Amino acid sequence: MTDTMNRIAIRPLSRILPARLRGEDPIRIEKENLKIRHDQMRDVERVRSNIRLLLIIVMFACIYIAIGARLAMLASSQPAEPITQSSNSSVFTQRGDIVDRKGRILATNLETYALYVETRHLVDPLNTANKLAILFDDLNADDLYSQFTGTRKFLWIKKKLSPEQMQAVHDIGDPGLRFGPRETRLYPNGALASHILGGASFGKEGVDSAEIVGVAGVEKTFDSQLQDPTYSKNPLKLTIDLSIQAAVEHVLEGGMRLLNAKGAAAILMEVDTGRIISLASLPDFDPNHRPKLPSRGSAAESPLFNKAIQGVYELGSTFKIFTVAQALELGLVDPKTKINTKGPIRIGGHKINDYRSNGPELPVWEVITESSNLGTARIAKMIGPEKQREFLSSLGFSKPTTIEMIEANGGKPLLPKRWNELETMTISYGHGLSATPLHLATGYATLANGGRLVNPTLLQEVKPVLGPRVISKEVAENSLAMLRGVVTGGTASLADVDGYFVGGKTGTADKPSSQGGYDKEKNITNFASIFPINEPKYVLVVTLDEAQDTSGPEPKRTAGWTAVPVSAEIIARVAPLLGLRPKFDNHSTIGITLSNWQE
Amino acid sequence: MTEMVHGTTSGSDGEAILSRWWRTTDLWTMTCIFLLFSIGLLLGFAASPPLAEKNGFAPFHYVERQIVFGALSLSTMIIMSMMSVDLVRRLAIIGFIFSFIGLLFLPIFGTDFGKGATRWYALGFASLQPSEFLKPCFIVLIAWMISASKEINGPPGNLISFVITVVVSTFLVLQPDFGQACLILFGWSVVYFIAGAHILLLVGVAGGAIGLGSFAYISSEHFARRIDGFLSPDLDPKTQLGYATNAIQEGGFFGVGVGEGQVKWSLPDAHTDFIIAVAAEEYGFVLVGLILITYSTIVCVSLARLLRERDVFVRLAGTGLVCMFGIQAVINIGVAARLLPAKGMTLPFVSYGGSSLIAGGIAMGILLSLTRNRPQKNVADIFIKG
Repeated sequence: MTDTMNRIAIRPLSRILPARLRGEDPIRIEKENLKIRHDQMRDVERVRSNIRLLLIIVMFACIYIAIGARLAMLASSQPAEPITQSSNSSVFTQRGDIVDRKGRILATNLETYALYVETRHLVDPLNTANKLAILFDDLNADDLYSQFTGTRKFLWIKKKLSPEQMQAVHDIGDPGLRFGPRETRLYPNGALASHILGGASFGKEGVDSAEIVGVAGVEKTFDSQLQDPTYSKNPLKLTIDLSIQAAVEHVLEGGMRLLNAKGAAAILMEVDTGRIISLASLPDFDPNHRPKLPSRGSAAESPLFNKAIQGVYELGSTFKIFTVAQALELGLVDPKTKINTKGPIRIGGHKINDYRSNGPELPVWEVITESSNLGTARIAKMIGPEKQREFLSSLGFSKPTTIEMIEANGGKPLLPKRWNELETMTISYGHGLSATPLHLATGYATLANGGRLVNPTLLQEVKPVLGPRVISKEVAENSLAMLRGVVTGGTASLADVDGYFVGGKTGTADKPSSQGGYDKEKNITNFASIFPINEPKYVLVVTLDEAQDTSGPEPKRTAGWTAVPVSAEIIARVAPLLGLRPKFDNHSTIGITLSNWQE
Repeated sequence: MTEMVHGTTSGSDGEAILSRWWRTTDLWTMTCIFLLFSIGLLLGFAASPPLAEKNGFAPFHYVERQIVFGALSLSTMIIMSMMSVDLVRRLAIIGFIFSFIGLLFLPIFGTDFGKGATRWYALGFASLQPSEFLKPCFIVLIAWMISASKEINGPPGNLISFVITVVVSTFLVLQPDFGQACLILFGWSVVYFIAGAHILLLVGVAGGAIGLGSFAYISSEHFARRIDGFLSPDLDPKTQLGYATNAIQEGGFFGVGVGEGQVKWSLPDAHTDFIIAVAAEEYGFVLVGLILITYSTIVCVSLARLLRERDVFVRLAGTGLVCMFGIQAVINIGVAARLLPAKGMTLPFVSYGGSSLIAGGIAMGILLSLTRNRPQKNVADIFIKG
């Protein structure tokens, strides 16, 4: 049968021609032929298209299964992205903490919210502006309203909100008020150690977070380290001891008030390492609400000014020990050498005199204990300008201190333009050269540790490196003995704290007057002390600005009546905190005794 | 024998029209369509109130409209399914002419509803999208053309259908409506594939589609951004896709509960293009799975019935319609599942939308009419070949 059909299909005319001859209608046959050919063709095509249809069915089935599987997978997974920004804290602690030497928190981060407005979402701008102005004193309702209804789409209202403030803003209930989560820097101890920490503020700000950048103090010095996430687990450990810092600031503030001083500074330093245990400058500020820099007046009057590091002052008689130490070092004198103390010395139109006449001559050690300007000036004259400059320079008095604070560069010592005999003589007792209290503390630490230069540091983790030897051990010991003498029998007798063998030197310098020359009524009083003097561990420098003791009939402005009692109180308070055991046996002060020099 | 083959189709066998319709119609597919529409209504109750609220209507305004359009659509479907193949074909070709004219005049009389593409005619009470009506009619037209070309001495239907395809998709691209243009191309490809296209030609078409896609990517920023959004591994949770993915994840297998979903408040297209996200969030994977099964049932049952069909036109038109229907569902759900780049595509019979619903009714009506049980010549096969 198939054979027949094929033959018909291939040769369609084979049936038509004979049919035509027979007189039949060939069209019918032609149609029949065509239909058979169609059917054949379709049979072939149907097989192919059936395969293709099946393919499509399989494909669709696979696609639907794939989609189903994908949806099932999604359904079984947890939603990863939070829909709204407010859901749980996605802001993680970025900036590293700052801690004291015992790991107590000095600066950390607190999650808070900033308030901003998206004006297009505001429902009731007038009411919102009024209520915000009531909530926040520094906002003005009219200004807010004009901003809300102006062209701005977005504006910041507050950078930090307390939880109470945030609730109050929530209660206004306007959907245009938005909260941006962020971290803010928190100083839980308030003003304590404020000058060291400095402060931080917001850098780049976004709606969801804000960068915190240090603006002063160690926050600024170590800004990049604190911002580095790899460091954020290890807090920045400072050499500061929080409780000692608190005691120092407390006593210093009390002393400043009692003595009517404008300002005060104190530095407590380890003599062997240069580590700063406490560094205070008053008046201070709260770094949580860091005040703005004063636009008028002297920057030094601002509470932001760090007197201990930035303030350069003539440090007065505290310098005398350096002069004497150098003279001993050079072998020009020994402690018992008699020095001419007849005054006055007239040189280049200046007159040098003692505060109180000391007779015609004094041994070197008594030049220190009696604080004789004349004696010191004459010793300095023996040393000469060149050597004096070299020596003071080797003690660090020629350049800013290297403490890790951004402000340290501001404390550049003021050296005389010409350094001749006159300058040598005045500098020998601390006039004509200005330096910071920290310079002074560093110089005294060098004497205290037996003559090695120290680098003041705030970093607990860094292993301290002692600098080169500046003074021989013997000279250092003799110097300490003289400093002890100042306390036991000299100008600093109020500093003799029982059991701690304080040694030190007072310094009183008249403040330069604004009209030129010196103001006799106003002075900077210093007391640089070392304790315990028999095995020196700590240096304490206390500086008071315009202090005067008005308890007596006459105001007393010298360091012996101002800086010294404050220092004594500080030592009495902090020595136990430092773990120093008081000793009440005078014989233990081996080597440090003046008896062998006394006639 | 000839009598036996041809006589069975005659309507004079005394059987009532309805009973024959019931007996011969693809009841599976029809049931599935009704099921999909019901699911659409159910989801509309959840998904459309936010929009109604925004536009100042009663909460179930859109549900009511959907019911009206649905009634219209389903009755259209049933009526068309009762028609004969010839009548359906003729109506579809007339429909194609009208909808193509509608498409041509869109740039002049159309409106874009602020969406950046002129696709609609605003009729006051409703909007009309000619391209939706064009699709089923187009499939019927090209199936007719291609099947005609299968006749010996028939017209060059393949070429004509290709030209029509290119013209129609060009006009769609100009709107711009890349989605519908792709669907049109896809429909033609499927029909041509079943009609026995050479495999190289299909490869060429695929290449052309890729070329067109690249062109669109380069020339249309709107398009490019969507592709970029799809290609980037990180999903911005504030995008439509982000919300949709999140909704599917929130829903899990059994959903967060009826009316408890949040995604409808964030997604502007929750009641249309992203209705599946609402379904997934509120009813969970259970309902989404049901929807998927329903679509695949329609596709597979219809195609299986077409496997038995011997008439070339019926087979081609039916396949084209059902594939276009199936692929629309695939694209819509695939986008929500992040398997495909974001593309506005309605979910047939589930999404809200008058045009798509009624056009869907027409398409399914045609399909049901085409897939009705008809006596095939397989009996002849048995007798002749056997």
